[in-house]
Amino acid sequence: MKPSTKVSRRDFIRVSSLAGGGFALSLALPGEGWAQVSHALDDTAKQFTPNPFIRITPENIITILAKNPETGQGVKTSLPMIVAEELDADFSTIVIEQAGLRGDMGPQFAGGSRSTPDNYMRLRQAGATARAMLVEAAAQTWGVPAAELTTDKGKVIHAPTGRSLTYGQLATKAATLPIPDEKTVRLKKEGEFRVIGSRVGGVDNPAIVTGQRLFGIDQKLPGMVYAALEKCPVYGGKLVSANIDRIKKLPGVLDCFVIEGTDNISGLRPGVAIIATSTWAAFSAKKNLYVEWDESVGAGHGSEAYTTKAAELAKTGGTNLRNDGDVTAAFASAAKVVEGAYFYPFLNHATLEPQGCTAWARDGGIEFWTTSQTPGSGQDLVAKTLNIPKDKVKLNFVRGGGGFGRRLANDYMVEAAAIALRTNGAPVKLTWTREDDMRQDCYHRPGGYHYLKGAVDGQGKLSAWHDHFVTFGFNATDKPASSAGMSPDELPARFVPNFRLDQSIIATNVPTGPMRAPGSNGLAFVMQGFIDELAHAAGRDPVVFRLELLGADRVVPPSAGQRGVPYDATRMKGVVKAAAEKSGWGSPLPKGEGRGVAFHFSHSGYVAMVAHVAVAQDGTLLVKEVTAVSDVGPIVNLSGAENQVEGSVNDGLGAIWLQEMTYEEGRAVQSNFHDFPLLRINSSPTKIGVHFIQSNNPPTGLGEPPYPVVPPAICNAIFAATGKRIRRWPITKSDLSWT
Amino acid sequence: MPSYTLKVNGQARTINVAADTPLLWALRDNLDLVGTKYGCGMGLCGACTVHLNGVAVRSCQTPVSAVGNMPVTTIEGLDPAGQHPLQQAWCDHDVPQCGYCQAGQIMTAAAFLKSTPHPSEGEIDVAMAGNLCRCGTYLRIRAAIKDAANGTTKEAVK
Repeated sequence: MKPSTKVSRRDFIRVSSLAGGGFALSLALPGEGWAQVSHALDDTAKQFTPNPFIRITPENIITILAKNPETGQGVKTSLPMIVAEELDADFSTIVIEQAGLRGDMGPQFAGGSRSTPDNYMRLRQAGATARAMLVEAAAQTWGVPAAELTTDKGKVIHAPTGRSLTYGQLATKAATLPIPDEKTVRLKKEGEFRVIGSRVGGVDNPAIVTGQRLFGIDQKLPGMVYAALEKCPVYGGKLVSANIDRIKKLPGVLDCFVIEGTDNISGLRPGVAIIATSTWAAFSAKKNLYVEWDESVGAGHGSEAYTTKAAELAKTGGTNLRNDGDVTAAFASAAKVVEGAYFYPFLNHATLEPQGCTAWARDGGIEFWTTSQTPGSGQDLVAKTLNIPKDKVKLNFVRGGGGFGRRLANDYMVEAAAIALRTNGAPVKLTWTREDDMRQDCYHRPGGYHYLKGAVDGQGKLSAWHDHFVTFGFNATDKPASSAGMSPDELPARFVPNFRLDQSIIATNVPTGPMRAPGSNGLAFVMQGFIDELAHAAGRDPVVFRLELLGADRVVPPSAGQRGVPYDATRMKGVVKAAAEKSGWGSPLPKGEGRGVAFHFSHSGYVAMVAHVAVAQDGTLLVKEVTAVSDVGPIVNLSGAENQVEGSVNDGLGAIWLQEMTYEEGRAVQSNFHDFPLLRINSSPTKIGVHFIQSNNPPTGLGEPPYPVVPPAICNAIFAATGKRIRRWPITKSDLSWT
Repeated sequence: MPSYTLKVNGQARTINVAADTPLLWALRDNLDLVGTKYGCGMGLCGACTVHLNGVAVRSCQTPVSAVGNMPVTTIEGLDPAGQHPLQQAWCDHDVPQCGYCQAGQIMTAAAFLKSTPHPSEGEIDVAMAGNLCRCGTYLRIRAAIKDAANGTTKEAVK
């Protein structure tokens, strides 16, 4: 059956004979591109599969497919919850099955906090359509009007006669019915929700706590071999020679060969692959590998050189990106003028499961067990790079041990594919070492420098803001590298009458790209830190100063020519006020303790936080409590949502406190958790208050928006506690001691 | 390659591996017990924690040749039914996000509770400081350990 895009929904209903005596049912669901569904139904099972998301057997086994990759953001639980809500099934009895890459579910990716907003209506309609068909099947079975029927926990009920049938009992009949027009399918009203908004534990929790095979690195196939890959320590470096013949003779090594690779840094980079009988044999052989690389592309590239260059560029004018009002005049007439140079470093994603992938090349195609966040792009990359027809590239999704944006790239997938083509048909599992993962991250969170000058007027209001942003370009100075740009609409632009943004660019050979809340994860630290400086300079309360900056209740549109979504000042003020209230803002604290406030808008989410820290006289930092308030509309899974915010607080705290990637001659210096530390339990706050304003707005994602707010909230609290302003990330670079 | 007979989760298992093979990789690749995770290979993250003679050790730093007759317990063998109080508490509190570190967290906590059945919050933090959670689920780890220690099975979730 060929997909069609120009026919009505009803026309998608097709029942046709199949060779096995079964039939195929296909339909389309609304959404981007109107994906078509085609499902073969097993005649013996007589299952009800009204769409790609639901499968109900006559034995009353209800299966919901989880459409998107799961890397810890909770969508394997929350997206099926949305289907179950409208299906009106008991979530605890449903079997959740992870989908692989298919053409009929709409876009399948995990990024940009998009899983909830992109799928909320699609999945509700999928559940409601199935429910309507089951109700119709019962109406026909009993010869009663469908209007007399209700549903509850997987049953259709006829209250007047006290009869009920399970969905399983109705499955075979429902499978023969035409699929109703989506406009006639009733969706629940919000007050009727029983699954959405409840607390549901992660569907994989029982498997996780008992150590079952689940993650990318856990995959095992018959006759599988194990691979490791050595790449140039300098991004873009070329291979000159390698002692391959010696490596081939090492115990457990099956093969060793050069991968020529391509120039695509997020694709198949040049390297030396080792295939062995075990991971340890591959890793051991890798230690004996001697490769001569041409690292000339990294010459002169290093963190110190970048900082020197940034200071030089700051003295130039840069390229003007925005110029509202007259900052020069505003500075001249200001009551107070403050200047400050802020810096945030490059960061590694450091997922706890290192990159890797299992691949099996056979019959002219290749099959993957991948943790990719963008499997569709991975399929394209493999097909294009290795010249394999796209329809021969099959993808199974397996749980990823953390994503944070790292698995938006598919370098490990195309590497596994290139190796799998050399194993004579044996499946292969590629595992990166931690050191590979740290030094070969195919893009890092970009660092950035902001040379700021701000002013408050005689009324104590923010009157002028000038930022000279020195950022990075990928081997270029004409445009910022991936995730290294800054929108001319970034707050406080549009909220202050005199605003100027200039930009300069340093060329780097270090590839950059998205990490949890890209752009925002550095910018919020700078903007909310410097706003705090101006509030204190004006002698104003930092919460009141911010509320005044946000101004009247209104929605501020993007500036002409700017992409971006409208900024709802009302919603932001709502979370700021709630964070202040719930944190006890303003109540007295002992000497050496302080509270800091910050807010940020990203990924359509409004988040404010208040951090409460204690700094000992010797400078030892203790984060006592963080209060977080988020407005992302209705919450699907309250337990998962709270976990995301708690995790963001710890993640953001670890990043601002401890983390920095540095480079020397183009090489990453850090290699493992001793020099790129993650936050440990004994440094994490004892209390994190998580609150939601479940506003009546369409639901948006939560994986990213809270994260950028943490660093400035912590640093502003440190200032309140010690009078020391953190302008250089990480905090460990500053002496916090006081007398 | 030399032959080693390991006592893993109550069973004697014989494998042929290089003497320097870390217990971690013997468990994962040779014995197909993949619950024990590779995170850093340097004993820094705790994802590979198992019990050796009842003591929590980093299996990435324990060569197979050093194991001898000492019994090894992995997350798969912590409780025959997967119903250890910590495993239950972990589900009750919906601790995992990505879940990759959690087997190691539970193994460290299980050995800790044996020696310290009623820990204070401070003792929990010290005992668990060697286990990294990249997703930052520390609040829930603390709460789950406290519940398991108190023998309380909360229905915190569901």
